[in-house]
Amino acid sequence: MRRLFPVLLVLCMALFAYAPFLILNAPYESTMGLVQKIFYFHVSTAITMFVSAFTCGIASAIFLFGRRPAADRVGFAAAELTVLLGLVVLISGPLWARKAWGVWWQWDARLTSTLVMWLVFQAYLLLRRFGGPGSEKLAAAVGLFGAALVPFVYWSVNMWRTVHPTTNVVPTLDASMRGPFLWCVAAFLCLYVLLLAARTELEKRRSRLDELYLALED
Amino acid sequence: MTFLSTATLVARKDLLVEARSREVIYTSLLFAISCMLVFAFGLVKDGRVIADAAGAILWITIAFAGTLALSRIFDRERQNETLRALLLAPTPRAAIYVGKFAGVLGLLLLVEGIVVPLVVLMFDAQLFRHTGWMLGLLLAGSAGYAAVGTLFAAMLARSRSRGALLPVLLYPITVPVIIGGVRGTAALLQPEADLVLARAWLMMLIAFDAVFITLSLWTFEPAMTE
Repeated sequence: MRRLFPVLLVLCMALFAYAPFLILNAPYESTMGLVQKIFYFHVSTAITMFVSAFTCGIASAIFLFGRRPAADRVGFAAAELTVLLGLVVLISGPLWARKAWGVWWQWDARLTSTLVMWLVFQAYLLLRRFGGPGSEKLAAAVGLFGAALVPFVYWSVNMWRTVHPTTNVVPTLDASMRGPFLWCVAAFLCLYVLLLAARTELEKRRSRLDELYLALED
Repeated sequence: MTFLSTATLVARKDLLVEARSREVIYTSLLFAISCMLVFAFGLVKDGRVIADAAGAILWITIAFAGTLALSRIFDRERQNETLRALLLAPTPRAAIYVGKFAGVLGLLLLVEGIVVPLVVLMFDAQLFRHTGWMLGLLLAGSAGYAAVGTLFAAMLARSRSRGALLPVLLYPITVPVIIGGVRGTAALLQPEADLVLARAWLMMLIAFDAVFITLSLWTFEPAMTE
């Protein structure tokens, strides 16, 4: 990863530098007009957030059952990024919704499941911060349960009501919009890998420092 | 000792302590009445409860009273310093989880024995037109809530700020139980009960129970190890 990091960093910068031009040149959507352009970043961050949540769930499971401290660090970093990306999704979504539906918030499947997931990972971070010693395992259980929860919340709110565009929007996207969209998804996934690697490395060094302090005291 | 006898012993102990002290029952009863009083101010219009609100009142009261019961069960263990002894016992951890889960579920059902008639009386809800379906929803919902609740309350028992953290953890994770319970009950409360819809929600609750009880059984052992 250490050698790959600068390469990815340059790639990521290039992707993000060119993304605005692609979005600018993409055609206007007929009914929503300019505001539809939020779509390129909103959906990309949402996809990255779900990837992040499942990363946290898998890392938590590996930590719980395999007792690898490295997995715990990845899980912690992924949980933090899930909350961060979730914040971007939950802010960019209402901005678009206000124009498209006339309201800031709707209690539909996508929105509710995103909010629930965001709350679960907030709880993860709260636990890590205020739970006291031994809270990593408890937090790992929360991460695992959070990832397992998504299909249930999704299904149940979907049964209840839905106005949000469904999953068939992306496959049926107009070719002229699909290019910029995939470009943005690639940019955000690239950024995600970079942030995850940097955050995990930071956590690794922090625990190394703690070990050194303990060694010094002994 | 076999798995089942350990689980039975743990559950029996919790229910016996409760039968002697009746602490959870009395507090939950008063708590449930206070809860309904608060709901009555928000959800009653012109002396009548607004449509679909009875199911919501029922399930939210169960969720709140459930948190109360959960924290009491594990506070007792902590105050008497018995949680560690229980975990040190040479039995499978999963058996201890099953015992605690059964104890919590038993208490939750007792509390529901009080809350459900109260909702029927005070909000004029026809919950028992389809008794079998209603009992199914209550049982499946409580099992899911107790499964997740027992795991997190047990893990939080040693944590510093457990009182504040339990609801923060429990409510988002049990959202499917609340949605399933409320919507299923609403389907039964319609003038023409929608049994197909109620059945779909009941199936969802059972699937939730299966997944989360399995996950809890897996996680309890590694998560409770110091």
